[in-house]
Formats: sequence, structure tokens, C-alpha cells
Amino acid sequence: MTKSRVFWAVVAPTAAIFTSLLFTYIILKIRGVDPIEMFRLMISYGFDPRNLVSELNQTVAYYMAGVAAAIGFKMLLFNIGIDGQYRMGAFFGAVVGAAVSLPPILHVLVIILTAMLAGGAWAAIAGYLKVRRGVSEVISNIMLNFIAAALIAFLLSPSIFGILPEGTQVLQTRSIPASGRMPTIKAFDGEIYTFLFLAIFVGVSYWIMLNKTVFGFNLRATGLSFRAARSSGVNAPGMIFVTTVLSGAIAGLVGIGTLLSDTHNYSMAFPSGYAFTGLALALLGRNHPVGIFFAAFLWSFLERTAPVLEFEGVPPEIIIVLQGTIVLSIVVAYELVSRINLRQQQRAVGSVSAEVIDKDSKSVKETK
Amino acid sequence: MKSTDTKSTNKLAMRAKVFFRSPARITLFIAGIFFIISFVELLTGATDISSPGTSGATLRLATPLLMAGIGGLWAERAGVINIGLEGMMIVGTWTAAWFGYLHGPYVGILAAAVFGLASGLFHAILTVKIGIDQAVSGLAINLIAAGAARYLSGIFFPPVGGDRTVSPPVESMPKFSIPFVAPFFKSIDEKEIFLVSNVSGLIYGVTTDLSVMTVALLLLVPLTSWILWRSKFGLRMRFCGENPMAAESLGINVYRTRYIAISISGMFASLGGAYLAIVASSVYREGQTGGRGFIGLATVIFGNWRPSGVFAGSILFGFTDALRLRQSESVMALIMIVGIASLLLAIFYSVSRNWRLGGTYFGMALFALWVNQRVEVIPQEFVTAFPYFATLIVLTLLAQRLTPPAMVGLPFKRGSE
Repeated sequence: MTKSRVFWAVVAPTAAIFTSLLFTYIILKIRGVDPIEMFRLMISYGFDPRNLVSELNQTVAYYMAGVAAAIGFKMLLFNIGIDGQYRMGAFFGAVVGAAVSLPPILHVLVIILTAMLAGGAWAAIAGYLKVRRGVSEVISNIMLNFIAAALIAFLLSPSIFGILPEGTQVLQTRSIPASGRMPTIKAFDGEIYTFLFLAIFVGVSYWIMLNKTVFGFNLRATGLSFRAARSSGVNAPGMIFVTTVLSGAIAGLVGIGTLLSDTHNYSMAFPSGYAFTGLALALLGRNHPVGIFFAAFLWSFLERTAPVLEFEGVPPEIIIVLQGTIVLSIVVAYELVSRINLRQQQRAVGSVSAEVIDKDSKSVKETK
Repeated sequence: MKSTDTKSTNKLAMRAKVFFRSPARITLFIAGIFFIISFVELLTGATDISSPGTSGATLRLATPLLMAGIGGLWAERAGVINIGLEGMMIVGTWTAAWFGYLHGPYVGILAAAVFGLASGLFHAILTVKIGIDQAVSGLAINLIAAGAARYLSGIFFPPVGGDRTVSPPVESMPKFSIPFVAPFFKSIDEKEIFLVSNVSGLIYGVTTDLSVMTVALLLLVPLTSWILWRSKFGLRMRFCGENPMAAESLGINVYRTRYIAISISGMFASLGGAYLAIVASSVYREGQTGGRGFIGLATVIFGNWRPSGVFAGSILFGFTDALRLRQSESVMALIMIVGIASLLLAIFYSVSRNWRLGGTYFGMALFALWVNQRVEVIPQEFVTAFPYFATLIVLTLLAQRLTPPAMVGLPFKRGSE
């Protein structure tokens, strides 16, 4: 039973990725490019050490988003507000980091804590609305994402927190001083963010929290059945609220790697769209810390290698379509697998009960 | 205490209902609002709130929101939330621009309708037949549509004189002014009589330079209303949103009903996109939809899942957008209007001894006064985020009074209990 479950857990994502690759194959064929050659080029470009470094850095950011989404998924929460939470975290981390002057390690810690607080606080609005007002977190989070973007655009105006350095067009916050920066590891002409280690730490703590603590047990219990958890003494609404805030706090860390090791300030150039990516990665990695890592790597690999397509006259946006297709096929694959499992179980139960009925009727005949 | 409170609000609601049953009183109410608007305009000199330009722009900006909202309404009334509205609008902008460029605007609109229908059907197959999470499907559609539009633009547009992000221009559609009515109100508007000119300015704005498509799309609102509340199919559709199990037990084909409703939802959203590409501008441009699909989603909630509410919501959001684009002082004047209206409501509720609501409105009036005194110009960003903010406030304060379809967003499998 468990064996077949593990088997299906691996088969579903693999099948989904192959379906999407087949889809891309067909599209490239229509465009008149040799798909196999294309894939080969992309792989050799993507595994070039220099590109691997930047892929790894991007993977870390995606990984945080994926873990944030996974925490929500464990509670059946659809945290689509990762985008807003990440913005709030990165922005307030940058503002506070530039405003205070502290000894090196403490400074970094303060920034990280601020980011988590800001992300968590922003998620708390959705959590409150969900628990006390019964508002679907999907809707409130979509609204909150746009409000966060507007709020930060407003706060970035020169009269408040923003500055416009000479020669640029992009509003940004003041730079964080050297004591508040994270070192990088030089490798293959690139620089790996040390934030990577924090990401690994978050991944490990996520696993331990979920599987080895009472809190994690309560969380999973509430996710599996709100009513059952509540009647066995778990404060289920409280769990939902805390989980939302926790998910938001992790989402607040998404931009921190870039902030502390690369740009040192928050600007309008910070990318958006982490919400969908995070959810996609959690789905693809089945909410498992290792699975999410591989999914995050796949995502950043695809994005990094997209420009290769351009050399052959294929618009690189096809990668976005590919990502969307991967997500859709993975969800469809899980759905089909769960149906197959259900049918197998029903059949197993059915054959057992048929035997029992058979025996019963025989014994009835014998007594007669 | 609480029970008496709700009682008095119920009574008030009843009274309000009785009050608004009479057309004469509705006219009086609207006239009252206009009186405040004209008064504020006289005071502040921000003449743009009721100018014909603003009302015309409001209509133009509200129409795409309205189409997205009505599209969202169709899906949600049948019990399926459609987060893919934004993506379906993108489908509409792209197909309308491309086929419009090839064969003229009418073919463009037709193509947008067909492809929108297909994208809606896609969402329906994923969520109804296969039964995947409705939010995941919607988000994936947004992503795929955005990516596909950019991919196809890169291939199709550059060879025909477009750009990688901009399509070649589409022929515009004919515009017309309603004869007799428009010139009549125009002449009154120009005389600058207090109050009367304001009203006629607004009417002139919405009766002149109308696109054929605007009128056609606006007609879809009463049509939707009629289908939802007067037709057999509408009853079935709402039944599927409220209680699909019961609907199925009565022999309604829930799957087929939802297929139709969601496909139409996609078609409406796509037509909203076509409007953006053909009427509001004359090209497809990357990022043209600019989150309008999500505002459409917001208007559904704001309008309490009713066509008239969606209409009111999109007019309101279109109006704030128009003011933002035209004259930023107007937003300030708008806050003054809200302040005066809140003050009147505070007095009204205090007289009927509903202290809580009276206090709330009084607080709002004070806040408006404070903003008016302290802040010079409302930042653009807040005006942009207004629809989302307003919807969040409605959700927070009025969540108990909203009546969404009971089973919206929840999975349903044929034969389940």
C-alpha cells in the first residue's frame, strides 16, 4: 500500500513534466525549430557553472515562496498573498536596515526579523478576515496584493522613504550599510548568497515543525479535518490564524537574499509574481522540503535558459506557458492518481466483502 | 443590546426598501447627491466631477470592468469561482486585435467571443469534469494566457508593422451621439445653471460619442439579470451555485449547467478585453488589461453577486479611475462629498436612534474633514488601489450581510453526498 503510494507520488510529477515537455516539443516543431537540439542547448547553457550560480540564488528565493505556500497548503489554505507579503517583508527590511546602525550580525538579524514581522503582519489581515469574518483567503489576499503594491509605491515616493539616485529612473530606498549585508561565496565567477544556508535552515525547521512537534501535529490535524481537530481539543481557528501568519512570515523572506547580498536596497525593480510561483512549487514538490527545492531549481533553470530560445528566433515567453502547463498537468495528474487509488481501495474492500458475503451464504445453506 | 441593535437595523433596512420603492423618491435621492456634488464643485472649483468628459470617460473605463464583473458573476452564480478572468481578458485583447487587424473590428469581436468561450470551457473542463482546485486552474489560465499572448505577439506582430509588445492598429468602430437628446443637454450644460447644468453635463457625456460596442455590451447587464432571475436556465444555474447536490437530485444536469455558465463567463471577460483593444484604444498592448480581471472579481463581491450591484461597482471604480486620469484635485472634492454624505447619514441615523451606525458615519465625516484639511493631494497609488480597498472594507464590515452563492468555490462530484 505505502509502496504504491510512493510510486504514484513520483510518477505523477514526472508524467506532468513529460506532458509539458511534449507540449513544448510540438510548439517548437510548429515554429520550425528542432526541439531536441533546442533542449540540448538549453541544458548545456543551464548547467554551465556560471549560470548555475545565479540559478541557485534564484532557487533560494523561489524556495522560500514554495515553503510559505506549502505551510498554507498543509492547512488547506491557499496563500495567494505571498506576493504582497514578500513585498512588505523586503521593503520594510530595507527601510529598517538602512535606518538603524548596529554591529554586523545583529544588524542582519534585525533586518530578517523585520521582514518576517512585516510579512506576517500583512498575512495576519487575511488570517483575521478568514477566522473572524469567514472571508475566503483567496479573495482577501488578491486584494491585499494590489494594496501592498500601491502602498509601497506610495511609500517609495521621494518625500517619504524613497530616493532617486542621479542617472537612474528607478525609485529606491536608502542603501543598507555594510554591517547589515550578508557575505557571498565566490564560485565560478559568480557569488552565491549565504542566505542559502538560512533557506536550508528554514526547510529543515519546516520539516521538523511539521513532523516532530505538537504544533505541527495540530496543524496537520486541522488541515485534514477542521471539525475532528476542534472536537479533540485543538483550537482550530487559532491554528488557522497562526498558520497564515507563519506562512506570511516565511513569504517575507523571499526577497531578503537579493536584498542583503546583492542590491542592498528595495526598488521598484524587484520582481513580482511570487504568489503563483510559490503555489506552483508547493504543488510540484508535494509540500515536501526536498521536493520543493527541486521544483524551485527547475523553475529558475527554465527562466535562466529562456534567452537561449531567443537566439533561434523563438520568443522566450514560451517558458511562461510551459510553467503554466506544468502546474496544470501536475494538478490533473494528482487528481487522476487519487481517483485510481480510490478505485483500487474500493475494489479491495469490495472483494473482501464479497468473500464474506459468499461465506455467509454458504454457512446459512449448511445450517439449513 | 445586540438584538435590539439588529432589530433597529432591520427596521431601517425595511424602511429603506419602502423608501426606494417609489421612483419619485429615488429621483429625489439622486437629486440630493447631485445637489451635494454641485455644491462642492461650486466651493472647490474642481469642476471635473460632473463634467461631460468625466462621465464619458467613466463609461469607457467602466465597461471592461463591467464585462469582467458580469463574467465573474456568471461563473460564481453557477458555483465556480473564476480567478482566470484576467487571463480570459488577455485572450480577448489579443484575438480582437489580431483578427481585427486582419478582417476588421467586427470579426475581431467575434473572434474574441469565440476564443473567450473556449478559454471558459477550458476552465470548466478542468474544474468541473476533472475537479482540480478552482483557484489553481484560474491562476494557471492567467499565466498561460499572459505567456501565450506575449509568445504569439513576438511571432505575429513584428512582420506586419507591429512591435513585439504592440499590435498593428485596428480600424475603429463607428461612434454616434443620440440625436436630439445629446445636443439638448449640451446646450443646458453650457448655460452653467447651478445643479441643472451639472446633471445635464453628465447626461450629455454618456449620450455623445458612444461606440456601438459600448451600447451592445451595456445591454448584456439587463439580459444577464433577466436570465438569472426570470428564466428557467437562470434558476437552475443559481441552484447549482447554492446546492449542487440538491439540484442533481432533482434531475438538473449540474455539470452541463456549469459548463455553459463558465463558458459564457469566459466569453464576457474576453469581450471586455476586446473592448480594451478595439474601443478604448486601437491596438493590443502588453499588460493592457492591467489587473482589470481582478477588479472585475472585486465588483462581484462589492455588488453582492447581483448584476445591478456589479454594474454599480464597476461604475464607481470606473469613475475613480476617470478622476485619477483627468484631474487629481477632483479626488479631493470627492472626499468632501463623501464627508458631507456621511454627515447627512450620521444625522439620519441619530434621529432614528441607531447610535452605532450614526457614530460610524460621524467618524467617517470627521475623518474626511481631517483629510481635507491636512492632505494636499491624494497620492495616485491610493486611487489606483481604491477598488481593492473598497472591496476589502466591504468584506470586513459587511461580510455577514453579503449573500454569496452558498457552494461557490467548493468542489462537487457527480453522485456525491
